[in-house]
Amino acid sequence: MATRSPLPPLATLGPLIALVLAVAFFATQSDRFLSVQNFSLILQQVMVVGTIAIGQTLIILTAGIDLSCGMVMALGGIVMTKLATTAGMNPYAAVACGMLVCMGFGLVNGLLVTRIRLPSFIVTLGTMNIAFAVTQLYSGAQTITDLPPEMVFFGSTFTIGGAAINYGTLLMIALYAFTWWALRDTQPGRHIYAVGNNPEATRLTGIATDKVLLMVYVTAGLFYGIASLLSVARTGVGDPNAGQTENLDAITAVVLGGTSLFGGRGIVLGSLLGALIVGVFRNGLTLMGVPSVYQVLITGVLVILAVTTDQLSRRGAR
Amino acid sequence: MTSSHSRVVRLAVGTLFAAALGVASAADQPVIGLITKTDTNPFFVKMKEGAQAAATAKGAKLLSAAGKADGDNAGQVTAIENMIAGGAKTILITPSDSKAIVPAIKKAQAQGVMFIALDSPADPMEATDALFATDNYKAGVLIGQYAKAAMAGKAVKIATLDLFPGHPVGAQRHNGFMSGFGLKAADAKSNELSKSSEIVCMADSFGDQAKGQTAMENCLQKNPDINVVYTINEPAAAGAYQALKAAGKEKGVVIVSVDGGCAGVKNVKAGVIAATSQQYPLKMASLGVDAGVEYAKTGKKAKGYTDTGVTLITDKPMTGVESKDTKVGTDLCWGNK
Repeated sequence: MATRSPLPPLATLGPLIALVLAVAFFATQSDRFLSVQNFSLILQQVMVVGTIAIGQTLIILTAGIDLSCGMVMALGGIVMTKLATTAGMNPYAAVACGMLVCMGFGLVNGLLVTRIRLPSFIVTLGTMNIAFAVTQLYSGAQTITDLPPEMVFFGSTFTIGGAAINYGTLLMIALYAFTWWALRDTQPGRHIYAVGNNPEATRLTGIATDKVLLMVYVTAGLFYGIASLLSVARTGVGDPNAGQTENLDAITAVVLGGTSLFGGRGIVLGSLLGALIVGVFRNGLTLMGVPSVYQVLITGVLVILAVTTDQLSRRGAR
Repeated sequence: MTSSHSRVVRLAVGTLFAAALGVASAADQPVIGLITKTDTNPFFVKMKEGAQAAATAKGAKLLSAAGKADGDNAGQVTAIENMIAGGAKTILITPSDSKAIVPAIKKAQAQGVMFIALDSPADPMEATDALFATDNYKAGVLIGQYAKAAMAGKAVKIATLDLFPGHPVGAQRHNGFMSGFGLKAADAKSNELSKSSEIVCMADSFGDQAKGQTAMENCLQKNPDINVVYTINEPAAAGAYQALKAAGKEKGVVIVSVDGGCAGVKNVKAGVIAATSQQYPLKMASLGVDAGVEYAKTGKKAKGYTDTGVTLITDKPMTGVESKDTKVGTDLCWGNK
């Protein structure tokens, strides 16, 4: 087995350099950019997509993809807020129910991929529409307000040295740290990489690839559930129209972070970098007064660069 | 022919004749189509309900469809084709893409179908036979006048949370707001968002609460002294308020908006939104159905632009700006009360 290099792979080093360059650039353009307060803000703005991207990373590492992530997150948010308000359920129980619904969708996705052997793209295309429709029907297309204070805890902040730090962003960072460790240093984590790299060879070594895949999809669902709590906490409402752009935004974050769409390569911290790059550009361009359409343009260019880097480094490695 | 055979033939002919009569009487019932941008936005949900109620009251049949998302032109084109096949002689439509829908409209008009645009015009406006809509420019003017009066001569730093680039409704409300505030702005025909030195930040909210919150946060980071916020609609306004509250600035800032949905009027009552321009999707829908029934019965087409009205709703009225309070607003609101 090859020794693990101390440096992150080129595909993730790239986004790190891009992020540093972007930060340096925006710092020269506005004196309001480089501050703990502003960075705390950017972290809060990316924490929902960032958390979804953890689940998405796991699935993409197995050479799959999940197009339903944003819609499932929105459904989780509606379930937990509606139960806590209309049904008067205890807020912690309501949150748990919301997360269970998200994990349920993950289970459905996983079963369709492993038992019926359908491509994940097609499965999640279907569950994306189902989740969206269920969200609209269950919520009656109405935003849910007046949430119990326990539910919006992760949207609140505490102050350290004059800067407001948000609890939700700390949770996101902790989840990234945990997932990074689990993927590197635990057996299930290593199995995920193995399945993504070469599912047939992995199966022949006696690893139950179907169980690994199922675990990945259900775990991803759990992350979408946590993201739905963060979304509810940040906005203070249950919004049935949430998550519509998060589907592609999460995939963008994973791709920008250097994880290969072909599976088996990438580190999860890259997805955090990917999410941060988008957030930094959005924040920096607004501070500069540049119209937001350029942010979309730049994101598109960066995605192409990221995927090209991955392809070229794959060819180099052979 | 044996007698039993001829009996069968007579039975068959009789049944066919009765069926034909049945079809003929059903053909007297006017068939009206309603195509909205999406069927998830409460604005369009209410519009559909209003159309259905009007259709039932007038004895018409309503076919309804929507695009999958704001901007889904292809979905609306398919809906037009399906509705014509379903016998619709009048189609009410809120165009997702005001230019791209025009060829499909022209093709259908050549087959004798009357088109009425609701809420947003086609581009050019004359592509449809008629338009029943809010004067979105006027909606902006009203809240601009209100904001100016509310600020009472203080120095203003304005943030605009717009829709997204190039959308006529977004431009009309934004430019109308500026005009009402007394700033130089483009007229109602323009699709461009006008700028001015009093507007210290312009950001896109996409009419979405979470994106409105992010846009407001970034604007506040750029200029912490913003004291007036124009928002394209009430979800964006709710997001702006979240951002202001997190920064501890919600007391000193005037937020104005457009829509008049029940959730938005509740926010006016709660002091989140200072004033909102209320519009009337139910009225658009029922006028549209009336016109469809008229066309089916008399062949007379509806023509031109009918303003379905806009009312300023606020609990803190300002002299010189006509408004109604939230009690009236709640009575007239659309959405779940």
